[in-house]
Amino acid sequence: MTIVLRGARPYGEEPRDIVVADGVIVDLATPGTAEGEVVDADGLIAVPGFVDLHTHLREPGREDAETVLTGSQAAALGGYTCVHAMANTSPVADTAGVVEQVWRLGQEAGLVDVRPVGAVTVGLAGERMAELGAMADSAAGVRVFSDDGKCVHDAVLMRRALEYVKAFDGVVAQHAQEPRLTENAQMNEGELSGRLGLAGWPAVAEEAIIARDVLLAQHVGSRLHVCHLSTAGSVEVVRWAKSRGVDVTAEVTPHHLVLTEELVASYDPLYKVNPPLRTAEDVEALREALADGTIDIVATDHAPHPHEDKDCEWAAAAMGMLGLETALGVLMETMVLPGRLTWRQLADRMSSAPAQIGRVRTQGHELVPGAVANITVIDPEATSVVDPMRLASKSRNSPYAGRTLPGRVVHTLYAGTPTVLDGALA
Amino acid sequence: MQHLLSAGDLSLEEAVLILDTAAELAAVTDRSVKKLPTLRGRTVVNLFFEDSTRTRISFELAAKRLSADVINFAAKGSSVSKGESLKDTALTLEAMGADAVVIRHGASGAPHRLATSGWIGAPVINAGDGTHEHPTQALLDAYTLRRHLRGGAGDLAGVRVAIVGDILHSRVARSNVLLLQTLGADVTLVAPPTLMPFGVESWPCRISYDIDEVLPDVDAVMMLRVQAERMQAAYFPSALEYSRRYGLDVARMAALPSDAIVLHPGPMNRGMEISADVADSPRSVMVEQVANGVSVRMAVLYLLLGGMKEESA
Repeated sequence: MTIVLRGARPYGEEPRDIVVADGVIVDLATPGTAEGEVVDADGLIAVPGFVDLHTHLREPGREDAETVLTGSQAAALGGYTCVHAMANTSPVADTAGVVEQVWRLGQEAGLVDVRPVGAVTVGLAGERMAELGAMADSAAGVRVFSDDGKCVHDAVLMRRALEYVKAFDGVVAQHAQEPRLTENAQMNEGELSGRLGLAGWPAVAEEAIIARDVLLAQHVGSRLHVCHLSTAGSVEVVRWAKSRGVDVTAEVTPHHLVLTEELVASYDPLYKVNPPLRTAEDVEALREALADGTIDIVATDHAPHPHEDKDCEWAAAAMGMLGLETALGVLMETMVLPGRLTWRQLADRMSSAPAQIGRVRTQGHELVPGAVANITVIDPEATSVVDPMRLASKSRNSPYAGRTLPGRVVHTLYAGTPTVLDGALA
Repeated sequence: MQHLLSAGDLSLEEAVLILDTAAELAAVTDRSVKKLPTLRGRTVVNLFFEDSTRTRISFELAAKRLSADVINFAAKGSSVSKGESLKDTALTLEAMGADAVVIRHGASGAPHRLATSGWIGAPVINAGDGTHEHPTQALLDAYTLRRHLRGGAGDLAGVRVAIVGDILHSRVARSNVLLLQTLGADVTLVAPPTLMPFGVESWPCRISYDIDEVLPDVDAVMMLRVQAERMQAAYFPSALEYSRRYGLDVARMAALPSDAIVLHPGPMNRGMEISADVADSPRSVMVEQVANGVSVRMAVLYLLLGGMKEESA
């Protein structure tokens, strides 16, 4: 079957008919000339399907919050064709058996490429290394390892993990959080946390770990990925490390690009997230770093939680917020529309760079003949009001409820097959 | 004023009105029948998620003196430990027709959440939340200061107050800084740097690490409870060193101006932040603070429940 994305504009450039057959882009034809099953994309922007390096799908264990299927649906609707499922499930994804289970569930859902992330340490306990090689060799082919939610804080263990994954071209994705400096931490430490009487999560607890890890990575000649940078200081550390030739990559979440700590004054746990929302200065530094490439990628840290875990007092609430279905809107608002990222650069930060970090060979291809047809088609003129009740995710903890976001994912093609047509699951 | 969540929500006029109302209601306490019919038929719920004998009893007495029905709902730790949630407790109280909810909770912001989440329609009074605020304590402190230093009327313009101790973990300090600022007092916080909140430099007060430098120039000193457990978390080396550097003993009390008073929100650690001699001295107004607490809480309940409107109608 041949599918024609009629009149789409690759990267916002000249319109073409994008012709897809057998899961591959076969031609970029003059608009209106290609034949096949036509999908109207007139004037819409086409980019390679987004790749999320940081997603919580919650299955196995917390199917009340999200499943691989509902998370895949949310991902497809958000324009994603690949997500990396974080390891902090129950049981923890620290064995070949669990990562293969998640991988198989992803295959069965068939909406996006679900790439399991393996835990670095057994049970995320930070005490001894999990069988990283077995996970790498499994059907899931794990390449990204992370104790996300917890920091691999033991320096020796971190060093060994960085070294060990070189054998299979893996990468350790560090959740940078010095545990002693953040015991019981509730929000960004600053004047506001002092006033609100909430225990502070100081920027230095993130920056100190990143500084240590980039030095470790340099020392042992490994690559390092840093999860969800949230402070201006972290940006400076990564920038310095890159200038010294350290093989480090970094991600930023959409919410850290747009939301600030002032929202915490409402004590509404929708805004409780780890790392916490920071200051306007931090937000600006993160935007600048994403624009200049110091921060390589956008990763959602999509973190579904059941309603009751947010409908309570701040201290009792779970940390995290939804992200898959709103990421594009936030990125358009903060980066594309203000002219800080071109569509090509957005495609790099949300598709090709994360695919490269995760070593996902079938994702993040440039839209050229021969590429795997993972394609996201966007209406840049549309806007939509976020309604948590209408999200595909099983949970509703979106911090953008009621907010108008620009842009809309119209179609998503995953390996040549439409998963989303006209903004709805195909 | 729909709720009392933060001392910072009170305007100068509202704060003075509460203090004036408290003074009028205090007169009732001096009568042989210590009761007003104002809140007859109304139900006040004391919702205490944390142990607190003195604050709960004070609110209970205040409500009873206004003839309200009082329900004490002790739900210690139930929410965070995944028992009945704050929400379900609130829905239960709403269904039972609570007219006001007095809440003490270990989580900062819990009263705010209760008041703004739509779970409950009744006025919410913060009786202490985590390390955030304790506005009625600040009101009773202000009442006590005003009685001793301003003849029991008006504001506290120019009154110099030192607050000494574990500012970091103190909801009393936060509420006092906000209310005393509104009332025009000059506040100095005194603590070791480890027990100062982050960003305290931007608060509307002075800060000092040296109690001896501060005492000669204040009209009142408020000593805060310092829990000895704090030293396990390395906030200070030992109880003895804390006491030596920041405790109020007789020698330090002598450095105070002759008419200055000593306050403490209780419960005291005698020998830690305050010596027994100071606690029992004539300058200490702690027992009076307790009595004033009842009057101030009567005033808050009275004003929040519209007692004034009904009476004038």
